[in-house]
Amino acid sequence: MAAEAAAATGPAFLELAVQAGLLIASALTLLAGYRVVRGPTTPDRVVGLDTIGTNVVAIALLFSFATGFGPFVLVGLVLAIIGFISTITVANYVTEGDIVR
Amino acid sequence: MTAAEVGLLRAVVVTALIAVGSFFLLVGTVGLLRLPEVYNRLHATSKATTLGAASMFLAGFVYYGPGGTGLTSLLGIVFLFLTAPTGGHVIARAAHRMGVEFYGDAEWPWALEDEAEPEAD
Repeated sequence: MAAEAAAATGPAFLELAVQAGLLIASALTLLAGYRVVRGPTTPDRVVGLDTIGTNVVAIALLFSFATGFGPFVLVGLVLAIIGFISTITVANYVTEGDIVR
Repeated sequence: MTAAEVGLLRAVVVTALIAVGSFFLLVGTVGLLRLPEVYNRLHATSKATTLGAASMFLAGFVYYGPGGTGLTSLLGIVFLFLTAPTGGHVIARAAHRMGVEFYGDAEWPWALEDEAEPEAD
């Protein structure tokens, strides 16, 4: 990967741990998609999307470790904020049938 | 901002925190897939997944040191611990208002139509 040229110089096991964490978090994001597609009720889907959001935050952080590019931590923070706002909005829409009252 | 040389001790701590975070993310997602209904799934994800992501943020603080990016990571932990319980509460209330049944013979301690919690006698 071209991104690894800028990677921080650390011990080899740190590199391995970051790669393994990326693999696990990506697989979990895909698995949570099952609950979004098959969830019997709408709140199930919302919970699945919330979990996907949290996993993507973890992926952003791990990617920041893999490339040594600090501002990706900010990407994770902003993704967490967007996930929170979307969860509140969807829950409000489900109960009230309207987003802005 | 380019990352500095990562020392051995710091690399060990970051690796341990990444392992803990991956474990909690795994537990939360398995709970999301395996538990029987929405309240149980919410119980699994809103705690375990939050702890996993917070552990990743803490790894970010250790990795980048007490500087600008490290402080952003600490802010992420505070933000996650404020928003995850709120989001879980809102989803659970929405599910209850929609009339999603509890699993088994569990039931709400008071009638939903009253809206407010009943006065203590």
